[in-house]
Amino acid sequence: MLTDNQSVTSKGIDPYLIIIYVALVIVGWLTIYSSSYDPQAEFTLFNLDQNYGRQLIWIIISAVFAISILIVDGKFFYNNAYIIYIIFMLLILSVLFLGTDINGAKAWIKIGAFSIQPIEFAKFATALALARFFNEGKTDNQRRHIFLLAFVFILVPAGIAILQKDTGSALVFFAFIIMFYREGFNSWLMLMGILIVVTFVFTLMWNELYTIAFLLVVLCISCFFVKGNKKKLFRNVGIFAGFVALVFAVNVAYTNVLQPHQRQRIDTIFGKSIDPKGADFNLNQSKIAIGSGGFAGKGYLNGTQTKLNFVPEQSTDFIFCGIGEEWGFIGSIAIFALFLTLIIRIIQLAERHKSTFVRVYGYGVASVLFFHLVINIGMTIGLIPVIGIPLPFISYGGSSLWGFTLLLFIFIRINAE
Amino acid sequence: MNPLSQQRKIIIIGSMLLIALACVLKLFSLQVVNNRYKEAAERNAIREVTITPPRGLIYDRNDSLLVYNEAAYDLMVIPKNVQPFDTMDLCQSIDITKEELCQKLEKARTYSPLLPSIIKQQMKKEDYGVLQEKMHKFPGFFVQNRILRSYPVPIAAHILGYIGEVTDQQLTSDNYYQLGDYIGISGIEKSYEEELRGKKGKRMVLVDVNNREQGPYKDGKADVAAVAGQNLWSTLDLKLQEYGEKLLQGKKGSIVAIEPATGEILCIVSMPSYDPNLLVGKDRGKNYAALNQDLDNTPLFNRALKACYPPGSTFKLANGLIAQQEGVINRYTYYSCGGGYSYGGHRLKCHSHAGSDLVDAVRCSCNAYFCRAFYNTISNNKFHSIQEGYQTWKDHINKLGFGQKFNTDLPYESKGIIPSVEYFDKRYNGHWNGNSVISMAIGQGEVGSTPLQMANLVAIIANRGFYYKPHVVKAIGSKNNPNMRYSERMESGISRPYFDPIIDGMKLVISSGTGRLAQVEGVEMAGKTGTAQNPHGADHSVFACFAPVDQPKIAIFVLVENGGWGGVLAARIASLMTEMYLFREVKQTEKEQAVLSHYITYAKARHAN
Repeated sequence: MLTDNQSVTSKGIDPYLIIIYVALVIVGWLTIYSSSYDPQAEFTLFNLDQNYGRQLIWIIISAVFAISILIVDGKFFYNNAYIIYIIFMLLILSVLFLGTDINGAKAWIKIGAFSIQPIEFAKFATALALARFFNEGKTDNQRRHIFLLAFVFILVPAGIAILQKDTGSALVFFAFIIMFYREGFNSWLMLMGILIVVTFVFTLMWNELYTIAFLLVVLCISCFFVKGNKKKLFRNVGIFAGFVALVFAVNVAYTNVLQPHQRQRIDTIFGKSIDPKGADFNLNQSKIAIGSGGFAGKGYLNGTQTKLNFVPEQSTDFIFCGIGEEWGFIGSIAIFALFLTLIIRIIQLAERHKSTFVRVYGYGVASVLFFHLVINIGMTIGLIPVIGIPLPFISYGGSSLWGFTLLLFIFIRINAE
Repeated sequence: MNPLSQQRKIIIIGSMLLIALACVLKLFSLQVVNNRYKEAAERNAIREVTITPPRGLIYDRNDSLLVYNEAAYDLMVIPKNVQPFDTMDLCQSIDITKEELCQKLEKARTYSPLLPSIIKQQMKKEDYGVLQEKMHKFPGFFVQNRILRSYPVPIAAHILGYIGEVTDQQLTSDNYYQLGDYIGISGIEKSYEEELRGKKGKRMVLVDVNNREQGPYKDGKADVAAVAGQNLWSTLDLKLQEYGEKLLQGKKGSIVAIEPATGEILCIVSMPSYDPNLLVGKDRGKNYAALNQDLDNTPLFNRALKACYPPGSTFKLANGLIAQQEGVINRYTYYSCGGGYSYGGHRLKCHSHAGSDLVDAVRCSCNAYFCRAFYNTISNNKFHSIQEGYQTWKDHINKLGFGQKFNTDLPYESKGIIPSVEYFDKRYNGHWNGNSVISMAIGQGEVGSTPLQMANLVAIIANRGFYYKPHVVKAIGSKNNPNMRYSERMESGISRPYFDPIIDGMKLVISSGTGRLAQVEGVEMAGKTGTAQNPHGADHSVFACFAPVDQPKIAIFVLVENGGWGGVLAARIASLMTEMYLFREVKQTEKEQAVLSHYITYAKARHAN
């Protein structure tokens, strides 16, 4: 329940969030312009043949969305959270039947000359539904029950995304677990879940020895927390042994159970196979782009890797390459600083708010933004496997820009109540 | 906010910051620590495009152009950029059939859809003019120009030489060259390759991921301009060379003219020859094969430098000089003749006369006189053996330029033949004397020389004792920058006074002797006829002369294969050439007519199959 029944007002709208949002959108547009920059071409701002021209239109539409949301009564979102969720779930479900294939994923709906990716809107819808759900369930003995049900809200869109062969988007929904943690999700389960995922990834990406070494380090760190309690120490060692067994199990499954073509696919995903024309080439070119930016960058419009198309998907998933190449290390940390300021500001505002609905929604926004930030940039610099998800507010594309604009501005709106 | 929530908020924010820090550290290592990526990006995007400079031009000694560059145009295509176009129009413009065009386009597409392929090679300027106006109608096609050697007057093919693509061997031995570059293969093109080729430049261009050019790198600041090849001024006189080739038309033989004071070759004719324009451009291979297979005329064979002829009576001049230098004879030494020189039951015939002194012997080309002088030179009592005597003579004759290459800027010289002592030792089992080699006294027998060597002998006589190595390039880069490579004065080893009786005799040859047909009005000349015996057919007609006697401007040697008596055909040619060079025109039209209408029927070559 919203505690205060204040009337709709511009008071309480956080200006910093809006400033950072505008800054990121501008950086995005400039980078999109640079990546398709051709000194010989005539420059017209609304050139619909060019990404930058189209993105400008998406930005204007986003502004319309943002202003509309700020005008709407904040209660609207609370009252209609489930309806919105159901509408968007049905929409992404319909994509499975009505959608068009783009890059192997059936995640797009064609409307005239343009395509829309409805899964981008499912993020704010899920965040809204979860916020309302947590706002309602309050008693402590319901806790376990609540989290099980909450997972259903995540699994529905994630499952549909997997059916659309859009693994990246499916993973995004699991970012809400960060918010679950804040809402009291069992930290042991949380830790074990993270460790299992990390163990899987490390085993397939590196090798078993490195992974076991990593687990050993985790075990040593855990020893500081048991404070001489022998029982707990034995428990931790037991868990460690379990994880080592997992490492070998994954390894055995990988070498003996999987077919060669399946192995090949995993290797490519984890950047292990040398596939100079495929994924490996893309990642390598991405690293060259960012690495060649150096400390201060090559200067705006001077990036060769992006301008000359060496980097794939340079306006969408790999847009960070353009920033890294032209603005260098300085520009890269500036982007991190902007995002982290945005995310931490959202968390602070969410914590400060009396309403559980706003807090949970705020954490949901922060979780999704952080997940996108880390996965997207981590992918371009080779820290994690290539998972195609956009960099919020910056990547080219109407659906993703609108989805994130709605996600953020709904928070700004309800936070102002 | 309860303490647990507060703690969890801190853990969440802390973890986020830690993960972000990991990304930032990775970025730091990529962007700041590691330099490898900067180079990798440059390797990706920057291509070096070589700029081939224009090859130097070649002028004659009077600034007339001998070799220049002519632009030719290749029609290229990038298959991926081709859009539907009027095929008939294009086919007509470049004169190929529709099938041919389709076939070539298909081939280009198979080679690479993104890289240029040739559709039509080496169009002439006129053909390109028609096409140029319409190029906008054929997207995906473009024209690339290349440079071909061209010869305004089709002369001196052997000396100018030709260029062609570098071989694999040349590619590995000289890293200046790249695949497809042109290099001088023969003649001046070869000997002055480094001067003519200039210095390549490079252009740095940006290319995209598909290797398509996207514009200059750093606005061209990193480019290196090409340095054009240096022009050459040949020693050749275009007019004289052209006239010489005209005179030898229909005959086989050679004319070499040298400026005695410098060793500059004024003309060097070898007939049969070929049009140098044949060995240019796309038909070079085909034309070369045809020339190479013409066994009757052997047009690629440079007789002036490679043919080894018996020099005949003109060789007597050299032997007369050596005999004087060795003290065997002097101007007044008289040998009786009586119709020949007899030795060991053989007799080397001479025309019937009583005998002569040296001057008269030159005038009437007395066989007996020069045999005796030669015999006395090598069988001189001061020598312990015939070997020593012969070696002394051989040293002299080598110093006069025989039996060795000049190794100047001329292509593929023959050494000629001056046999060694060992050769005769082997042949006669060590038992031989002056008479064994007596034919060499009169330029027959074992001796062989190239027309160039004979012309050089004439130059030595004209200079009274020295010569400069004959060469064909006068100046490099600018006319004021003389070619200093051959400026060393070569001594003949014959003292100056010994030339006087020889030259006096040669003057008489022209004025009242066997070479009267060589006379040019108003010029005092010195000459010597020769009628080289030839085992394969009629005698070679030989004539050597220089003019004017006091300040020689030209030394000429003429040889016409199977041309008969030297005093007629060769003397006439020498006369016309002298006149042409000294007066820049020829008034002796009757003589000219006689030479031009003189056709010689040569035996067909026996084909191997």
